[in-house]
Amino acid sequence: MRGIGKRFRSGLAALEAIDLDLGAGEFLSILGPSGCGKTTLLRIIAGLAEPSEGERRLSLTVDGGGHIPSGGVGFVFQDPTLMPWSTVIDNVLLPFRLARRVGSAERERVREEIRAVGLAGFERAYPRQLSGGMRMRVSIARALVTDPDLLLLDEPFAALDEITRTALNDDLLRLWENRRTTVVFVTHSVFESVYLSTRIAVMTTRPGRIAADLPVELPQPRERALRMSPGYAAICATVSNTLARAMADQSQ
Amino acid sequence: MNPGRFARPWRIASPLAVGAVLLVLWEAVVRVEHIPPYILPGPLAIGESLWTDGPSLLGSLLVTLRVTLAALAAAAIFGGAIAVLFSLSRILELSLFPYAVILQVTPIVAIAPLIIIWVREPFLALLVCAWIVAFFPVVANTTVGLNSADRNLLALFRLYGASRGQVLRYLKLPTALPYFLAGLRISGGLALIGAVVAEFVAGTGGTETGLAFRILEAGYRLVIPRLFAALFLLSLTGIVIYLVLDALSRALLRHWHESALEEDEG
Repeated sequence: MRGIGKRFRSGLAALEAIDLDLGAGEFLSILGPSGCGKTTLLRIIAGLAEPSEGERRLSLTVDGGGHIPSGGVGFVFQDPTLMPWSTVIDNVLLPFRLARRVGSAERERVREEIRAVGLAGFERAYPRQLSGGMRMRVSIARALVTDPDLLLLDEPFAALDEITRTALNDDLLRLWENRRTTVVFVTHSVFESVYLSTRIAVMTTRPGRIAADLPVELPQPRERALRMSPGYAAICATVSNTLARAMADQSQ
Repeated sequence: MNPGRFARPWRIASPLAVGAVLLVLWEAVVRVEHIPPYILPGPLAIGESLWTDGPSLLGSLLVTLRVTLAALAAAAIFGGAIAVLFSLSRILELSLFPYAVILQVTPIVAIAPLIIIWVREPFLALLVCAWIVAFFPVVANTTVGLNSADRNLLALFRLYGASRGQVLRYLKLPTALPYFLAGLRISGGLALIGAVVAEFVAGTGGTETGLAFRILEAGYRLVIPRLFAALFLLSLTGIVIYLVLDALSRALLRHWHESALEEDEG
Protein backbone atom coordinates (compact mmCIF):
# COMPACT_ATOMS: atom_id res chain seq x y z
CA MET A 1 0.00 0.00 0.00
CA ARG A 2 1.29 3.42 -0.91
CA GLY A 3 0.42 6.79 0.54
CA ILE A 4 -2.80 5.63 2.08
CA GLY A 5 -4.84 8.40 3.65
CA LYS A 6 -8.32 8.39 5.08
CA ARG A 7 -10.43 11.40 5.78
CA PHE A 8 -13.85 11.10 7.30
CA ARG A 9 -16.70 13.13 5.91
CA SER A 10 -16.40 15.39 8.94
CA GLY A 11 -12.99 16.41 7.57
CA LEU A 12 -11.21 14.66 10.39
CA ALA A 13 -8.07 13.04 9.04
CA ALA A 14 -7.93 9.50 10.38
CA LEU A 15 -4.91 8.27 8.50
CA GLU A 16 -2.13 10.11 6.72
CA ALA A 17 0.53 8.96 4.27
CA ILE A 18 0.57 5.35 5.31
CA ASP A 19 3.05 3.20 3.41
CA LEU A 20 2.86 -0.44 4.19
CA ASP A 21 4.33 -3.44 2.42
CA LEU A 22 3.35 -6.87 3.50
CA GLY A 23 5.55 -9.86 2.84
CA ALA A 24 3.95 -13.24 2.33
CA GLY A 25 3.92 -15.34 5.48
CA GLU A 26 4.61 -12.37 7.71
CA PHE A 27 2.96 -11.79 11.07
CA LEU A 28 2.65 -8.01 11.25
CA SER A 29 1.31 -6.28 14.32
CA ILE A 30 -0.07 -2.79 14.07
CA LEU A 31 0.48 -1.29 17.49
CA GLY A 32 -0.92 2.01 18.64
CA PRO A 33 -3.04 3.82 21.19
CA SER A 34 -6.83 3.83 21.03
CA GLY A 35 -8.21 6.06 18.33
CA CYS A 36 -5.12 6.10 16.11
CA GLY A 37 -6.96 4.65 13.14
CA LYS A 38 -5.70 1.08 13.44
CA THR A 39 -9.15 -0.34 12.82
CA THR A 40 -9.73 1.99 9.88
CA LEU A 41 -6.43 0.90 8.36
CA LEU A 42 -7.36 -2.75 8.79
CA ARG A 43 -10.73 -2.16 7.14
CA ILE A 44 -8.99 -0.50 4.20
CA ILE A 45 -6.68 -3.51 3.87
CA ALA A 46 -9.73 -5.78 3.94
CA GLY A 47 -11.49 -3.69 1.31
CA LEU A 48 -14.32 -2.89 3.72
CA ALA A 49 -13.48 0.81 3.54
CA GLU A 50 -12.02 2.82 0.67
CA PRO A 51 -9.04 5.11 1.21
CA SER A 52 -9.70 8.76 0.34
CA GLU A 53 -6.20 9.01 -1.10
CA GLY A 54 -3.46 6.63 -2.12
CA GLU A 55 -3.77 3.18 -3.55
CA ARG A 56 -4.13 -0.22 -2.12
CA ARG A 57 -2.70 -3.09 -4.06
CA LEU A 58 -2.85 -6.63 -2.86
CA SER A 59 -0.57 -8.93 -4.77
CA LEU A 60 -1.34 -11.85 -2.55
CA THR A 61 -3.84 -13.07 -5.04
CA VAL A 62 -3.46 -12.81 -8.76
CA ASP A 63 -5.94 -10.08 -9.35
CA GLY A 64 -4.99 -6.83 -11.03
CA GLY A 65 -7.98 -4.77 -9.98
CA GLY A 66 -7.15 -5.02 -6.31
CA HIS A 67 -10.36 -6.89 -5.81
CA ILE A 68 -9.98 -9.78 -3.42
CA PRO A 69 -11.92 -12.93 -4.23
CA SER A 70 -14.25 -13.87 -1.44
CA GLY A 71 -12.51 -16.21 0.93
CA GLY A 72 -9.15 -14.64 0.20
CA VAL A 73 -9.27 -12.61 3.37
CA GLY A 74 -10.28 -13.73 6.84
CA PHE A 75 -11.38 -11.09 9.34
CA VAL A 76 -11.67 -11.40 13.11
CA PHE A 77 -13.44 -8.54 14.85
CA GLN A 78 -13.04 -7.17 18.35
CA ASP A 79 -16.22 -9.03 19.30
CA PRO A 80 -16.74 -12.62 18.24
CA THR A 81 -19.48 -11.37 15.85
CA LEU A 82 -21.25 -14.71 15.65
CA MET A 83 -24.79 -15.37 14.54
CA PRO A 84 -26.54 -16.19 17.85
CA TRP A 85 -29.24 -18.21 16.09
CA SER A 86 -26.73 -20.62 14.55
CA THR A 87 -24.70 -23.46 16.01
CA VAL A 88 -20.91 -23.42 16.03
CA ILE A 89 -20.92 -25.56 12.86
CA ASP A 90 -23.24 -23.22 10.98
CA ASN A 91 -21.27 -20.17 12.08
CA VAL A 92 -18.01 -21.61 10.79
CA LEU A 93 -19.75 -22.82 7.63
CA LEU A 94 -20.93 -19.28 6.80
CA PRO A 95 -18.15 -18.34 4.33
CA PHE A 96 -18.87 -21.49 2.28
CA ARG A 97 -22.60 -20.93 2.47
CA LEU A 98 -22.21 -17.38 1.13
CA ALA A 99 -20.00 -18.71 -1.66
CA ARG A 100 -22.73 -21.29 -2.41
CA ARG A 101 -20.25 -24.08 -1.84
CA VAL A 102 -21.66 -26.39 0.80
CA GLY A 103 -20.63 -29.95 0.07
CA SER A 104 -19.26 -32.80 2.12
CA ALA A 105 -15.70 -31.57 1.54
CA GLU A 106 -16.61 -28.17 2.99
CA ARG A 107 -18.40 -29.76 5.94
CA GLU A 108 -15.34 -31.89 6.64
CA ARG A 109 -13.15 -28.78 6.39
CA VAL A 110 -15.41 -27.02 8.95
CA ARG A 111 -15.14 -29.92 11.40
CA GLU A 112 -11.38 -29.98 10.96
CA GLU A 113 -11.12 -26.24 11.66
CA ILE A 114 -13.32 -26.51 14.74
CA ARG A 115 -11.00 -29.23 16.03
CA ALA A 116 -7.98 -27.08 15.17
CA VAL A 117 -9.16 -24.25 17.44
CA GLY A 118 -9.84 -26.76 20.23
CA LEU A 119 -13.62 -26.84 20.13
CA ALA A 120 -14.19 -30.50 19.24
CA GLY A 121 -17.40 -31.64 20.92
CA PHE A 122 -19.00 -28.18 20.76
CA GLU A 123 -20.10 -28.37 17.11
CA ARG A 124 -23.79 -28.31 17.97
CA ALA A 125 -23.55 -25.68 20.72
CA TYR A 126 -25.06 -22.21 20.33
CA PRO A 127 -22.86 -19.16 20.95
CA ARG A 128 -24.63 -18.23 24.18
CA GLN A 129 -23.66 -21.60 25.66
CA LEU A 130 -19.96 -20.81 25.16
CA SER A 131 -17.53 -18.67 27.16
CA GLY A 132 -16.06 -15.47 25.72
CA GLY A 133 -12.79 -17.21 24.85
CA MET A 134 -14.58 -20.09 23.13
CA ARG A 135 -16.68 -17.68 21.07
CA MET A 136 -13.50 -15.98 19.93
CA ARG A 137 -12.15 -19.40 18.89
CA VAL A 138 -15.27 -19.93 16.78
CA SER A 139 -14.65 -16.54 15.19
CA ILE A 140 -11.04 -17.50 14.40
CA ALA A 141 -12.16 -20.86 12.98
CA ARG A 142 -14.62 -19.06 10.71
CA ALA A 143 -11.87 -16.71 9.48
CA LEU A 144 -9.47 -19.61 8.79
CA VAL A 145 -11.88 -22.11 7.27
CA THR A 146 -11.45 -20.79 3.73
CA ASP A 147 -7.64 -21.01 4.05
CA PRO A 148 -7.31 -17.28 3.41
CA ASP A 149 -4.12 -15.77 2.01
CA LEU A 150 -4.49 -12.93 4.46
CA LEU A 151 -5.81 -13.05 8.01
CA LEU A 152 -6.79 -9.75 9.62
CA LEU A 153 -7.44 -9.50 13.34
CA ASP A 154 -8.80 -6.34 14.98
CA GLU A 155 -7.85 -6.42 18.68
CA PRO A 156 -9.48 -9.83 18.94
CA PHE A 157 -8.45 -10.53 22.53
CA ALA A 158 -8.92 -7.05 24.04
CA ALA A 159 -12.12 -8.01 25.86
CA LEU A 160 -10.80 -11.26 27.32
CA ASP A 161 -9.23 -11.90 30.70
CA GLU A 162 -5.44 -12.26 30.97
CA ILE A 163 -5.43 -16.07 31.29
CA THR A 164 -7.71 -16.68 28.31
CA ARG A 165 -5.79 -14.10 26.36
CA THR A 166 -2.45 -15.80 26.96
CA ALA A 167 -3.90 -19.17 25.96
CA LEU A 168 -5.39 -17.73 22.77
CA ASN A 169 -2.08 -16.01 21.94
CA ASP A 170 -0.37 -19.40 22.01
CA ASP A 171 -3.12 -21.02 19.98
CA LEU A 172 -2.98 -18.29 17.36
CA LEU A 173 0.80 -18.78 17.11
CA ARG A 174 0.37 -22.56 16.58
CA LEU A 175 -2.28 -21.98 13.92
CA TRP A 176 -0.04 -19.49 12.14
CA GLU A 177 3.09 -21.67 12.39
CA ASN A 178 1.21 -24.58 10.86
CA ARG A 179 0.05 -22.73 7.78
CA ARG A 180 2.08 -19.52 7.46
CA THR A 181 -0.82 -17.38 6.43
CA THR A 182 0.04 -13.70 6.21
CA VAL A 183 -1.37 -12.08 9.35
CA VAL A 184 -2.08 -8.46 10.21
CA PHE A 185 -2.86 -8.16 13.90
CA VAL A 186 -4.11 -4.91 15.42
CA THR A 187 -3.45 -4.48 19.13
CA HIS A 188 -2.68 -1.91 21.79
CA SER A 189 -0.66 -4.33 23.87
CA VAL A 190 3.12 -4.08 23.49
CA PHE A 191 3.68 -7.51 25.06
CA GLU A 192 1.19 -9.22 22.84
CA SER A 193 2.61 -7.68 19.68
CA VAL A 194 6.21 -8.64 20.53
CA TYR A 195 5.26 -12.19 21.51
CA LEU A 196 3.28 -12.85 18.36
CA SER A 197 4.80 -10.92 15.49
CA THR A 198 7.67 -11.03 13.10
CA ARG A 199 7.29 -7.29 12.54
CA ILE A 200 5.63 -4.40 14.36
CA ALA A 201 4.33 -1.18 12.85
CA VAL A 202 4.02 1.46 15.55
CA MET A 203 1.31 4.03 14.91
CA THR A 204 0.70 7.48 16.28
CA THR A 205 -2.60 9.17 16.72
CA ARG A 206 -4.60 11.85 14.86
CA PRO A 207 -3.88 11.58 12.05
CA GLY A 208 -2.73 7.98 12.20
CA ARG A 209 0.76 7.59 10.84
CA ILE A 210 3.30 4.80 10.94
CA ALA A 211 6.05 6.12 13.19
CA ALA A 212 8.31 3.09 13.14
CA ASP A 213 8.54 -0.30 11.49
CA LEU A 214 10.44 -2.72 13.71
CA PRO A 215 11.44 -6.31 13.04
CA VAL A 216 11.04 -8.74 15.92
CA GLU A 217 14.05 -11.00 15.87
CA LEU A 218 13.07 -13.70 18.30
CA PRO A 219 13.48 -17.46 17.77
CA GLN A 220 10.66 -19.55 16.40
CA PRO A 221 8.58 -21.47 17.25
CA ARG A 222 7.80 -19.30 20.21
CA GLU A 223 6.98 -20.87 23.52
CA ARG A 224 5.52 -19.44 26.66
CA ALA A 225 8.98 -19.45 28.33
CA LEU A 226 9.99 -16.75 25.86
CA ARG A 227 7.90 -14.28 27.84
CA MET A 228 10.46 -14.55 30.66
CA SER A 229 13.58 -14.22 28.48
CA PRO A 230 15.85 -11.13 28.48
CA GLY A 231 15.69 -10.93 24.66
CA TYR A 232 11.91 -10.60 24.82
CA ALA A 233 12.13 -7.98 27.56
CA ALA A 234 14.67 -5.98 25.55
CA ILE A 235 12.46 -5.86 22.46
CA CYS A 236 9.42 -4.95 24.58
CA ALA A 237 11.42 -2.06 26.03
CA THR A 238 12.49 -0.87 22.56
CA VAL A 239 8.94 -1.01 21.22
CA SER A 240 7.60 0.70 24.32
CA ASN A 241 10.13 3.51 24.01
CA THR A 242 9.43 3.94 20.30
CA LEU A 243 5.73 4.22 21.03
CA ALA A 244 6.31 6.74 23.83
CA ARG A 245 8.65 8.82 21.67
CA ALA A 246 6.26 8.80 18.74
CA MET A 247 3.45 10.04 20.97
CA ALA A 248 5.64 12.70 22.50
CA ASP A 249 6.62 13.97 19.02
CA GLN A 250 3.01 14.07 18.12
CA SER A 251 1.94 16.24 21.02
CA GLN A 252 4.55 18.92 20.26
CA MET B 1 -38.87 -7.73 44.14
CA ASN B 2 -37.79 -10.20 41.52
CA PRO B 3 -40.77 -12.37 40.48
CA GLY B 4 -38.36 -15.11 39.41
CA ARG B 5 -37.58 -15.81 43.05
CA PHE B 6 -41.02 -17.25 43.72
CA ALA B 7 -41.67 -20.90 43.11
CA ARG B 8 -43.84 -21.77 40.15
CA PRO B 9 -46.89 -22.97 42.21
CA TRP B 10 -47.10 -19.54 43.83
CA ARG B 11 -47.17 -17.77 40.51
CA ILE B 12 -50.25 -19.73 39.53
CA ALA B 13 -51.91 -20.06 42.93
CA SER B 14 -51.70 -16.45 44.10
CA PRO B 15 -53.56 -14.78 41.19
CA LEU B 16 -56.12 -17.61 41.33
CA ALA B 17 -56.64 -16.96 45.06
CA VAL B 18 -57.13 -13.23 44.41
CA GLY B 19 -59.66 -14.09 41.70
CA ALA B 20 -61.56 -16.45 44.00
CA VAL B 21 -61.72 -13.86 46.80
CA LEU B 22 -63.01 -11.20 44.38
CA LEU B 23 -65.69 -13.56 43.04
CA VAL B 24 -66.89 -14.39 46.57
CA LEU B 25 -66.99 -10.67 47.46
CA TRP B 26 -68.90 -9.92 44.25
CA GLU B 27 -71.48 -12.61 44.95
CA ALA B 28 -71.83 -11.42 48.55
CA VAL B 29 -72.36 -7.78 47.58
CA VAL B 30 -74.98 -8.73 44.96
CA ARG B 31 -76.87 -10.84 47.49
CA VAL B 32 -76.62 -8.53 50.48
CA GLU B 33 -77.57 -5.41 48.51
CA HIS B 34 -80.25 -7.24 46.49
CA ILE B 35 -78.89 -5.89 43.22
CA PRO B 36 -81.19 -7.04 40.39
CA PRO B 37 -79.50 -9.26 37.75
CA TYR B 38 -80.31 -6.79 34.93
CA ILE B 39 -78.05 -4.27 36.68
CA LEU B 40 -75.30 -6.56 37.93
CA PRO B 41 -75.62 -10.34 38.00
CA GLY B 42 -73.54 -12.31 40.50
CA PRO B 43 -70.86 -14.75 39.35
CA LEU B 44 -73.20 -17.72 40.02
CA ALA B 45 -75.87 -16.29 37.70
CA ILE B 46 -73.22 -15.68 35.06
CA GLY B 47 -71.95 -19.23 35.47
CA GLU B 48 -75.46 -20.53 35.07
CA SER B 49 -75.93 -18.48 31.90
CA LEU B 50 -72.57 -19.77 30.63
CA TRP B 51 -73.90 -23.30 31.16
CA THR B 52 -77.30 -22.81 29.51
CA ASP B 53 -76.27 -20.38 26.72
CA GLY B 54 -72.84 -21.94 26.37
CA PRO B 55 -73.44 -24.01 23.22
CA SER B 56 -75.00 -21.17 21.24
CA LEU B 57 -72.39 -18.69 22.55
CA LEU B 58 -69.61 -21.08 21.53
CA GLY B 59 -71.06 -21.15 18.03
CA SER B 60 -70.86 -17.36 17.93
CA LEU B 61 -67.38 -17.45 19.41
CA LEU B 62 -66.30 -19.66 16.51
CA VAL B 63 -67.53 -17.03 14.04
CA THR B 64 -65.56 -14.29 15.78
CA LEU B 65 -62.55 -16.55 16.18
CA ARG B 66 -62.46 -17.31 12.46
CA VAL B 67 -62.32 -13.59 11.64
CA THR B 68 -59.68 -13.03 14.33
CA LEU B 69 -57.38 -15.84 13.26
CA ALA B 70 -57.70 -15.02 9.57
CA ALA B 71 -56.88 -11.37 10.34
CA LEU B 72 -53.90 -12.42 12.45
CA ALA B 73 -52.59 -14.71 9.72
CA ALA B 74 -53.03 -11.91 7.17
CA ALA B 75 -51.26 -9.50 9.52
CA ALA B 76 -48.34 -11.92 9.90
CA ILE B 77 -48.01 -12.61 6.17
CA PHE B 78 -48.70 -9.19 4.70
CA GLY B 79 -47.19 -7.29 7.64
CA GLY B 80 -44.00 -9.32 7.32
CA ALA B 81 -43.93 -8.97 3.54
CA ILE B 82 -44.44 -5.19 3.72
CA ALA B 83 -41.59 -4.91 6.23
CA VAL B 84 -39.29 -6.94 3.95
CA LEU B 85 -40.20 -4.68 1.01
CA PHE B 86 -39.44 -1.65 3.18
CA SER B 87 -36.04 -3.09 4.10
CA LEU B 88 -35.20 -3.75 0.45
CA SER B 89 -36.10 -0.28 -0.71
CA ARG B 90 -35.55 2.77 1.44
CA ILE B 91 -37.58 4.93 -0.95
CA LEU B 92 -40.52 2.56 -0.66
CA GLU B 93 -40.31 2.72 3.13
CA LEU B 94 -40.09 6.51 3.15
CA SER B 95 -43.05 6.92 0.82
CA LEU B 96 -45.37 4.27 2.26
CA PHE B 97 -44.65 4.13 5.99
CA PRO B 98 -46.60 7.37 6.76
CA TYR B 99 -49.70 5.79 5.21
CA ALA B 100 -49.32 2.72 7.37
CA VAL B 101 -49.25 5.09 10.35
CA ILE B 102 -52.34 6.95 9.09
CA LEU B 103 -54.18 3.67 8.70
CA GLN B 104 -53.15 2.74 12.22
CA VAL B 105 -54.15 5.98 13.97
CA THR B 106 -57.53 6.36 12.25
CA PRO B 107 -60.13 4.85 14.61
CA ILE B 108 -61.42 1.63 13.11
CA VAL B 109 -64.94 2.42 14.36
CA ALA B 110 -64.95 5.41 12.05
CA ILE B 111 -63.90 3.60 8.89
CA ALA B 112 -65.58 0.23 9.53
CA PRO B 113 -68.97 1.38 8.11
CA LEU B 114 -67.25 2.40 4.87
CA ILE B 115 -65.45 -0.91 4.57
CA ILE B 116 -68.66 -2.77 5.23
CA ILE B 117 -70.35 -0.83 2.44
CA TRP B 118 -67.47 -1.32 0.00
CA VAL B 119 -66.73 -4.96 0.69
CA ARG B 120 -69.89 -6.90 -0.05
CA GLU B 121 -68.84 -10.24 1.38
CA PRO B 122 -69.49 -9.94 5.15
CA PHE B 123 -66.66 -12.24 6.28
CA LEU B 124 -64.19 -10.39 4.09
CA ALA B 125 -65.40 -7.01 5.36
CA LEU B 126 -64.85 -8.06 8.96
CA LEU B 127 -61.49 -9.54 8.03
CA VAL B 128 -60.33 -6.30 6.42
CA CYS B 129 -61.36 -4.28 9.50
CA ALA B 130 -59.57 -6.63 11.90
CA TRP B 131 -56.51 -6.72 9.64
CA ILE B 132 -56.23 -2.93 9.56
CA VAL B 133 -56.09 -2.91 13.35
CA ALA B 134 -53.71 -5.84 13.60
CA PHE B 135 -51.10 -5.38 10.89
CA PHE B 136 -49.26 -2.31 12.13
CA PRO B 137 -47.34 -3.78 15.09
CA VAL B 138 -45.98 -6.51 12.81
CA VAL B 139 -44.87 -4.01 10.15
CA ALA B 140 -43.35 -1.55 12.61
CA ASN B 141 -41.55 -4.17 14.70
CA THR B 142 -40.29 -6.23 11.79
CA THR B 143 -38.99 -3.11 10.05
CA VAL B 144 -36.97 -2.19 13.12
CA GLY B 145 -35.73 -5.78 13.35
CA LEU B 146 -34.64 -5.94 9.72
CA ASN B 147 -32.67 -2.73 10.22
CA SER B 148 -30.92 -3.88 13.40
CA ALA B 149 -28.53 -6.41 11.91
CA ASP B 150 -25.12 -6.37 13.57
CA ARG B 151 -22.87 -3.95 11.63
CA ASN B 152 -19.81 -6.16 11.89
CA LEU B 153 -21.75 -9.18 10.65
CA LEU B 154 -22.92 -7.04 7.73
CA ALA B 155 -19.29 -6.16 7.01
CA LEU B 156 -18.37 -9.84 7.20
CA PHE B 157 -21.13 -10.75 4.75
CA ARG B 158 -19.79 -8.08 2.38
CA LEU B 159 -16.26 -9.43 2.79
CA TYR B 160 -17.44 -12.85 1.64
CA GLY B 161 -19.28 -11.34 -1.31
CA ALA B 162 -22.82 -12.07 -0.09
CA SER B 163 -25.69 -11.09 -2.36
CA ARG B 164 -28.58 -8.95 -1.12
CA GLY B 165 -30.73 -12.05 -1.03
CA GLN B 166 -28.19 -13.87 1.13
CA VAL B 167 -27.90 -10.93 3.51
CA LEU B 168 -31.68 -10.92 3.83
CA ARG B 169 -32.00 -14.67 4.28
CA TYR B 170 -29.06 -15.45 6.53
CA LEU B 171 -28.71 -12.22 8.47
CA LYS B 172 -31.65 -9.80 8.37
CA LEU B 173 -34.53 -12.26 8.63
CA PRO B 174 -33.08 -14.16 11.61
CA THR B 175 -32.25 -10.84 13.31
CA ALA B 176 -35.81 -9.65 12.76
CA LEU B 177 -37.51 -12.84 14.00
CA PRO B 178 -37.74 -11.84 17.70
CA TYR B 179 -39.08 -8.40 16.70
CA PHE B 180 -41.63 -9.98 14.36
CA LEU B 181 -42.81 -12.34 17.09
CA ALA B 182 -43.12 -9.51 19.61
CA GLY B 183 -45.21 -7.62 17.06
CA LEU B 184 -47.34 -10.69 16.45
CA ARG B 185 -48.13 -11.02 20.17
CA ILE B 186 -49.48 -7.46 20.19
CA SER B 187 -51.35 -8.11 16.94
CA GLY B 188 -53.05 -11.17 18.42
CA GLY B 189 -54.97 -9.08 20.93
CA LEU B 190 -55.58 -6.32 18.39
CA ALA B 191 -57.02 -8.75 15.82
CA LEU B 192 -59.61 -9.85 18.37
CA ILE B 193 -60.44 -6.24 19.22
CA GLY B 194 -60.67 -5.39 15.53
CA ALA B 195 -63.00 -8.32 14.87
CA VAL B 196 -65.26 -7.34 17.78
CA VAL B 197 -65.41 -3.68 16.74
CA ALA B 198 -66.19 -4.62 13.15
CA GLU B 199 -69.00 -6.92 14.31
CA PHE B 200 -70.42 -4.15 16.48
CA VAL B 201 -70.59 -1.93 13.43
CA ALA B 202 -71.70 -4.60 10.99
CA GLY B 203 -74.52 -6.06 13.10
CA THR B 204 -75.53 -9.54 12.00
CA GLY B 205 -74.30 -8.80 8.51
CA GLY B 206 -75.19 -12.24 7.27
CA THR B 207 -76.46 -15.58 8.38
CA GLU B 208 -73.87 -16.02 11.09
CA THR B 209 -73.64 -13.93 14.24
CA GLY B 210 -70.39 -13.38 16.06
CA LEU B 211 -69.88 -13.01 19.78
CA ALA B 212 -69.80 -9.21 19.62
CA PHE B 213 -73.28 -9.08 18.16
CA ARG B 214 -74.49 -11.43 20.90
CA ILE B 215 -73.17 -8.93 23.46
CA LEU B 216 -75.08 -6.08 21.78
CA GLU B 217 -78.20 -8.19 21.54
CA ALA B 218 -78.03 -9.26 25.19
CA GLY B 219 -77.59 -5.63 26.18
CA TYR B 220 -80.67 -4.53 24.23
CA ARG B 221 -82.73 -7.30 25.79
CA LEU B 222 -81.32 -6.71 29.28
CA VAL B 223 -80.15 -10.33 29.51
CA ILE B 224 -77.14 -9.11 31.41
CA PRO B 225 -75.90 -12.53 32.69
CA ARG B 226 -75.56 -13.65 29.06
CA LEU B 227 -73.73 -10.43 28.23
CA PHE B 228 -71.25 -11.19 30.99
CA ALA B 229 -70.95 -14.80 29.85
CA ALA B 230 -70.12 -13.65 26.31
CA LEU B 231 -67.66 -11.10 27.70
CA PHE B 232 -66.00 -13.84 29.74
CA LEU B 233 -65.60 -16.00 26.65
CA LEU B 234 -64.06 -13.08 24.73
CA SER B 235 -61.48 -12.38 27.46
CA LEU B 236 -60.67 -16.06 27.69
CA THR B 237 -60.13 -16.18 23.93
CA GLY B 238 -57.81 -13.17 24.10
CA ILE B 239 -55.78 -14.83 26.86
CA VAL B 240 -55.53 -18.11 24.95
CA ILE B 241 -54.37 -16.31 21.79
CA TYR B 242 -51.70 -14.53 23.80
CA LEU B 243 -50.52 -17.73 25.49
CA VAL B 244 -50.33 -19.61 22.19
CA LEU B 245 -48.31 -16.82 20.53
CA ASP B 246 -46.07 -16.59 23.60
CA ALA B 247 -45.42 -20.33 23.47
CA LEU B 248 -44.70 -20.11 19.74
CA SER B 249 -42.24 -17.29 20.35
CA ARG B 250 -40.44 -19.23 23.07
CA ALA B 251 -40.28 -22.37 20.96
CA LEU B 252 -38.75 -20.54 18.00
CA LEU B 253 -36.24 -18.51 20.01
CA ARG B 254 -35.35 -20.93 22.77
CA HIS B 255 -31.82 -21.64 21.56
CA TRP B 256 -30.54 -18.15 21.29
CA HIS B 257 -32.66 -15.15 22.25
CA GLU B 258 -32.51 -13.56 25.69
CA SER B 259 -36.28 -13.27 25.88
CA ALA B 260 -36.73 -17.03 25.66
CA LEU B 261 -34.00 -18.17 28.04
CA GLU B 262 -34.96 -20.29 31.02
CA GLU B 263 -34.62 -18.45 34.30
CA ASP B 264 -32.07 -20.81 35.82
CA GLU B 265 -29.75 -20.46 32.84
CA GLY B 266 -27.75 -17.48 31.95
